[in-house]
Amino acid sequence: MTDLAWLNAALVAARPQAVGALLRYFRDLDQAEEAFQEACLRALKSWPNNGPPRDPAAWLILVGRNAALDGVRRRSRDAALPDEAVLSDLDDVEAPLAERLDGSHYRDDVLRLLFVCCHPELPATQQIALALRIVSGLSVKQIARAFLVGEAAMEQRITRAKARIAKADTPFEAPGAVERAERLAAVAAMLYLVFNEGYSAGDGEARAQLCDEAIRLVRLLLRLFPAEPEIMGLTALMLLQHARSTARFDAAGQIVLLEDQDRSLWDGKLIAEGLALIDKAMRHHAPGAYQVQAAVAALHARAPTFEETDWTGVERLYATLEILQPSPVVTLNRAAALSKVAGPEAALAMTEPLADRLGGYFYFHGTRGALLLQLGREAEARACFDRAIALANTAAEANHIRQHIDRLSQNSTRPESGPSHAMRP
Amino acid sequence: MLYALLCYNDEDMVFSWTKDQDAAVMAKIDVVREKLIREGKLGPSLRLLPTTAATSVRKNGNGEPLILDGPYAETKEQLLGFYIIDVADLEEALAITRALGEANPTSNYEIRPVGLYHGDERETARA
Repeated sequence: MTDLAWLNAALVAARPQAVGALLRYFRDLDQAEEAFQEACLRALKSWPNNGPPRDPAAWLILVGRNAALDGVRRRSRDAALPDEAVLSDLDDVEAPLAERLDGSHYRDDVLRLLFVCCHPELPATQQIALALRIVSGLSVKQIARAFLVGEAAMEQRITRAKARIAKADTPFEAPGAVERAERLAAVAAMLYLVFNEGYSAGDGEARAQLCDEAIRLVRLLLRLFPAEPEIMGLTALMLLQHARSTARFDAAGQIVLLEDQDRSLWDGKLIAEGLALIDKAMRHHAPGAYQVQAAVAALHARAPTFEETDWTGVERLYATLEILQPSPVVTLNRAAALSKVAGPEAALAMTEPLADRLGGYFYFHGTRGALLLQLGREAEARACFDRAIALANTAAEANHIRQHIDRLSQNSTRPESGPSHAMRP
Repeated sequence: MLYALLCYNDEDMVFSWTKDQDAAVMAKIDVVREKLIREGKLGPSLRLLPTTAATSVRKNGNGEPLILDGPYAETKEQLLGFYIIDVADLEEALAITRALGEANPTSNYEIRPVGLYHGDERETARA
């Protein structure tokens, strides 16, 4: 790794804390970003010669703040701050200074910075773009590539989003317990959006790196809030899903379904971390939607083969999720798991009441088709598969259904595979 | 003479490395490891998962174990030893930790999952 790469990693790592603290000082996002930019420029000049400071975030906050205050008379009651020559070899100076300036604010600074991106009036795509720009520091070009739009369009989108949050009342006071919990929930949802944006992308696309970025930010959040079971759950969920990323696509770039994945390609390190986190979360006995979804992913991660999956456990977890976060898609997932435990008839019955709400959903018809096929009701199965193909969003989805139909056409043998698991691969 | 080498770094920064940066560091470390393996000097080596995945077991005022999320952050005590255990889940790890804590009543523990594990390589050079 070159010096520049090290330096860059240090700046990226320090960014959420530093921009978060600068936002608290200036109460203005643009000013905070400019101050951080200026501090980075000075770091590029200073660090290669003087070595990186012990606490890069504190250095960047102090230097950024000083730079922005240049030419502005500080109020006399403000203690004088040392200049950056002193700060560069600051072992002793830095710690108490950083303490005085920030102390326990760090945590709320980072949370606030993430939270401003979650403004409820902003559509999901703008929240994600804003977070990637402000918190992660990705360039507009990188973000535009991730969203498959032009740079100018993305620039405009981000500018508009920023204008909107500038008008909104950003809360700068230290939050109370209830507010903090609300902010955490909003931020968690936004980070999961970032992750999903990457997860739904094909392998090797620029969007796929969004998963890594979401994981980096959720780990940061968890370090700041180490005892929050839902943040543990969300981190575990992302890690366990991301662990399968290399197995999710074949050489042609087509999606490989969970039941067909080569489990030896799963990332053991990410799985170990995810399992440790879900174990930790469960100890709190405070179930939440992320934890339950992570627990489902954990059962898949622990299963040596698809057939050996603890389907009873999966079915129970989906039943819990139905209570915590009712949705017809959750019920559909539960039905798919139920078919492994109680057979296709019971599962089919569970899907019946969903027809109204999931009539336009690819997986609904795909799952029912597979269940009907298992019951030997081939004509009805074929009708379901035809509907599913018509509704497929990707070539991979359509291909998967076509395999079922092919089997139907040559059908002399009983189909071996159960219903395609509605849960995403 | 056996020595344990404990590696410290800034977690925020290490987990901000790109995949390429991480791989580059690991490749350089492997060069050092391979030399040590050839010389028959390398025992087990491992890379720990982040502190966010850690659980700590501390003694409360009454000497009873207290389970906390996160790494062992006290500076009053010093690192005096460690174990590598192979278990099904955190509950089993906690049960073992409790047993160790009963055997050694004033001790505190951090339970941290291992990400990458290489076993004892000292015999590899001769094999």
